[in-house]
Amino acid sequence: MNAILSALRHIGALTIDGIWRLGFITRFLFAVLMHSGQSLRRIHLTIRELYFSGVLSLLIIVVSGLFVGLVLGLQGYDILQRYGSADAVGVMVALSLLRELGPVIAGLLFASRAGSAITAEIGLMKATEQLKAMDMMAVNPIARVVAPRFWGGVLSMPLLAALFSAMGIFGGWLITVVVIGVDDGAFWSQMQAAVEFEYDVMNGVIKSAVFGAVVSLIAVFEGYDCQPTAEGVSRAITRTVVTSALAILAIDFVLTSFMFRG
Amino acid sequence: MMSRTALDLWVGIFVAIGFAALVFLAMKVGNFSGLDGSATYRVEAPFDNIGGLKVRAPVKSSGVLVGRVASIRFDTEIYRAVVELEVDKRYAFPADTAASILTSGLLGEQYVGLEAGADVEMLKNGDRVLITQSAVVLEKLIGQFMFDRAADAPPAQ
Repeated sequence: MNAILSALRHIGALTIDGIWRLGFITRFLFAVLMHSGQSLRRIHLTIRELYFSGVLSLLIIVVSGLFVGLVLGLQGYDILQRYGSADAVGVMVALSLLRELGPVIAGLLFASRAGSAITAEIGLMKATEQLKAMDMMAVNPIARVVAPRFWGGVLSMPLLAALFSAMGIFGGWLITVVVIGVDDGAFWSQMQAAVEFEYDVMNGVIKSAVFGAVVSLIAVFEGYDCQPTAEGVSRAITRTVVTSALAILAIDFVLTSFMFRG
Repeated sequence: MMSRTALDLWVGIFVAIGFAALVFLAMKVGNFSGLDGSATYRVEAPFDNIGGLKVRAPVKSSGVLVGRVASIRFDTEIYRAVVELEVDKRYAFPADTAASILTSGLLGEQYVGLEAGADVEMLKNGDRVLITQSAVVLEKLIGQFMFDRAADAPPAQ
């Protein structure tokens, strides 16, 4: 009996805590947006974050994009040639990358590469009471530390996702056209006939911008909200990666069902 | 005072590569140069049956892409489906052009085929294509075939 009660209590506590955090993260988002003016006026702060979350993620994005494209090309060719339409492999690679895999995998990589770093940085600042010190010096830590990191993530994600898709298509081209020997002209012309700029490319860009905002918000929030201890920071980093991954996949489903129906 | 730093160089490279990837996706992968809102005109075509035709399906003439299906609706005045076609301005068609719903390949997607007529008047924005041919519905075709065979068969002994 007691075990059941305590289990119920645990579930209740988790639920209340979750809703509490949801409310706090919403208020936090508004605070970040309110104090974003400074990260525009002192643009070098945002440029610096663009370097840390964008430039330093380039390598992992380029390499994984290439390999995802290679695998898509191989598998797509294997399946499509059974139906005698191996030429359509370009369409398959391009559409799956632009619509889903580009934004989603780039978002997941971004969360684990840049999101975790942002959380660790802000969490450590909190643990060593740097944020408090800033507050004492009348420097708003949200405007000085949080907002530039948020905007750096929002701005770099669409570029990273576009780069991921482009590298993936290059990888697919490499394996199917250069290695397997699918016709080069058919590969590109079928792709161009099937891919629409406004529909497929722009919706992918919108998706990746949304993912960038979500991952950056979760990362800065978890860092700001963490327990100021070594254990608390490590827990916050784990939460950032797990929550970001779940949020990306769930939001991707919602966005897809709005964007690509019919 | 702001001065250029090595960081700016890297961020510049990153932004340039990112936009280059976007331009690549737009130009090489997509067909951005194709149809934009201003350079098209719209004509309507009523069909008895559109089969599996979808919005944004291609509109082709002699196999060349000339436009896309803009919208599909059911007109309760004539009790037929009305398909709105968005055709590129570069391609003008005579007023007695025929539209038919065709299928690319055996299992491919359905598209609207335009066959030019001989009228001296050209189709204008908002005009209606009067000669149309519906999609081939496979069930109807099979039903007709079976009916014909049954009629041809010799009477049972």
